[in-house]
Amino acid sequence: MSRLIVGPFNRVEGDLEVTLDVADGAVRAAHVNAPMYRGFEQILHGKLAHDALVFVPRICGICSVSQSVAGARALADLAGVRPPPNGQHAINLMLATENLADHLTHFYAFFMPDFCRPVYADRPWHGEARRRYLPEHGVQTRQALAARQRAFTLLGTLGGKWPHTQSIEPGGSTRAIDAAERVRLRAKLREWRAFLEQQLFADTLERVSGLDSLAGLWRWHAAQPEAGDLRFFLTLARDTGLAGLGLGPGRCLSYGTYPQPDGTLALPAGVWQQQPGGAQVLALQPEAISEDASRSWLESGPAGAEGAAVALHPWSGLTRPAPDKADAYTWNKAPRWAGQVVETGALARQLVAGQPLVCEAVALHGCSVLTRVLARALELAQVLPLMERWLQAIQPGEAFCVPAPLPDAGRGMGLTEAARGSLGHWVVVQQGRIANYQIVAPTSWNFAPRDAAGVPGALEQALVGAPVRAGEDTPVAVQHVVRSFDPCMVCTVH
Amino acid sequence: MNLLWLQAGGCGGCSMSLLCADTPDWHGQLRAADIELLWHPSLSLASGAEVLELLQRCADGRQPLDALCIEGALLRGPHGTGRFHVLAGTGVPMIDWVRRLAARARHVLAVGSCAAWGGVTAAGENPTDACGLQYEDERPGGLLGAEFRSASGLPVINIAGCPTHPNWVLDTLAALAADSLAAADLDALARPRFYADQLVHHGCTRNEYYEFKASAVKPSDLGCLMEHMGCKGTQVHADCNIRLWNGEGSCTRGGYACIACTEPGFQEPGHAFAQTPKVAGIPIGLPTDMPKAWFIALAALSKSATPKRVRDNAEADHLLQKPALRRTRLK
Ligand code: SF4
Ligand code: SF4
Repeated sequence: MSRLIVGPFNRVEGDLEVTLDVADGAVRAAHVNAPMYRGFEQILHGKLAHDALVFVPRICGICSVSQSVAGARALADLAGVRPPPNGQHAINLMLATENLADHLTHFYAFFMPDFCRPVYADRPWHGEARRRYLPEHGVQTRQALAARQRAFTLLGTLGGKWPHTQSIEPGGSTRAIDAAERVRLRAKLREWRAFLEQQLFADTLERVSGLDSLAGLWRWHAAQPEAGDLRFFLTLARDTGLAGLGLGPGRCLSYGTYPQPDGTLALPAGVWQQQPGGAQVLALQPEAISEDASRSWLESGPAGAEGAAVALHPWSGLTRPAPDKADAYTWNKAPRWAGQVVETGALARQLVAGQPLVCEAVALHGCSVLTRVLARALELAQVLPLMERWLQAIQPGEAFCVPAPLPDAGRGMGLTEAARGSLGHWVVVQQGRIANYQIVAPTSWNFAPRDAAGVPGALEQALVGAPVRAGEDTPVAVQHVVRSFDPCMVCTVH
Repeated sequence: MNLLWLQAGGCGGCSMSLLCADTPDWHGQLRAADIELLWHPSLSLASGAEVLELLQRCADGRQPLDALCIEGALLRGPHGTGRFHVLAGTGVPMIDWVRRLAARARHVLAVGSCAAWGGVTAAGENPTDACGLQYEDERPGGLLGAEFRSASGLPVINIAGCPTHPNWVLDTLAALAADSLAAADLDALARPRFYADQLVHHGCTRNEYYEFKASAVKPSDLGCLMEHMGCKGTQVHADCNIRLWNGEGSCTRGGYACIACTEPGFQEPGHAFAQTPKVAGIPIGLPTDMPKAWFIALAALSKSATPKRVRDNAEADHLLQKPALRRTRLK
């Protein structure tokens, strides 16, 4: 057995180090370390409740709107208010812009460049991969960065600026949209649609989101295997065996997102799990969430009956650094749902929603590198048309924001979905000030360390079995697996 | 000019903002300015051992380093060890890497308010003992010390902002690459003057409301945000309302106050961010260059002269009254 320490791990957001035990050309065990701590939960302690809205977007520069939405929703829960329909639509448009732009950044700038690496020089597609995705020169990557920049101009109008938009309030959005702006925003959505239809899919969004079986997917691929970046990815995935690489824990969580005026969520909430004889979707129970700090450089909770520290629900969560703690190896806590490891992200959202192609692919291959990337692509095709509808539903002249006076004491929970998975904020307020603020970020779930029982987190499980070629110090398969989660390390450790 | 970019204790938002620069070809723009990216954590192919090799060569001078960009605050804790941020794969605290690399670099740039002053990372009880490269809030010092000068003779260039505007960064880098940024082009806090010699108030769409002190009273109102909603735009050095964000935005255009994100210490204003602190009804933070007595006199006068249109629109989220149609005197 040999040990590899891999880092700095780039093209993920933030700092990541992975320690691998390797034997017989494959990973036997992985330990995932988030090596940076900033202490937002400590910083927020004692602040005026509304001031949280200045701090929380700054937890993360890649999913700052998600953080704002979770924070504003926690305060709305505390205040007992709900944004008016215009406010909901405007916030959903901002959140969807960020989530979909993140999917673009991830696919083109973070994930695909790995196929340009010299280890693939003998593959027939290697030259084409380099032409498309080589950082700095790849034609598709450069076009995608331009499309992303244009997409974020939606947020210039809807939210003043991105990242660290502060237009998202518990009572709605501070930026009303008039009729002329609505028309301009529609033109921008069409421009974005054109990029996706011409470059990523080489097909209409509706045909892509309508793909409903594996056989159908591969027929769609075979008709024009070189057309569009998603088909090209499928070619590479088949050749490099991504379908069976990076198997997650087989249990997936989504808080659901994009609330509608009628009280429904455009993407549903739930916990999907593999069962003998088929998969099942359980109702989400936020009270079943806990964080275990036994392997983190943080003080553990009080000891339970057996002497081991108990995992705490975020309402009573603790964040106090303990940098010298023995056996700890990361600043991340280990979030668990009903005591179990779950995976979160676009794949979880599609499984909970029952998207037939994703369900079939996962039934056959499991939650893997291929299915994670596929789920993100399908979400792009699915959500952009929803954005077109929400924009149309905005009624210029009606309210975007309602008053939301915050009570001096109470608590609130804000759940949402960032591009990379489920994000929750829990705030406890006393005398107008924050007595406890706990954040459970998407990558906290996916890149969790072992818990008190020694059970590895989702990525730690997914890395087991990844091939390591002779002489590789930064194994390319490990990079595919890690990046397939689209991790965001600055959120993870906040 | 080659460029190495590292992320310390921040949110990555300055990098993400940078990618929003208004151009159809981001990498092309860099090349056109003669800037070559040695490595950037979000944008480069090299990972793991390849990066360590590059950093090592820069640190011991085998690879010349023209511009070192640091994003994020420098985390000195716990107890001065820097262990709150160890550069992945190295076992060495980021602050040690930054010290070693800064000693070799021709120019050192603090990208964003975290790297410049400590920023939001240093808020509250500052649990990680965060500071900026050459400042700790407005106090000179920081990680590298007040006396530090990079090989070019310049202090750390503070491209402050939270996040920083993409073009503040690109214009600074392009000017350095063209050898056209000198000490005189930096303000007293070492911020590039091309954006720091402006105020956020300049070009604000709410200027007519400001003139008449017709003020917003709740989020989403159209009126001036200074009197009640916490706006510091009349005192904050940045060109946000002239050089817009993400196509056509700015904080005030988005319906919320300028919270002074380019200024040292902005993270702890000593009052609620979204409320203007006042004494006897007069805002404490008065416009730069304006004597208090003048402000009070003018405010009283202009309030008495506020047109009904301006007064009504100030407390609504869309125009209730439009300007009257009058014949102009044009012949
Ligand atoms: S909102 Fe702020 S920047 Fe705009 S006019 Fe008022 S004080 Fe000036
Ligand atoms: S308007 Fe003020 S708070 Fe907003 S980005 Fe500009 S300087 Fe920062």
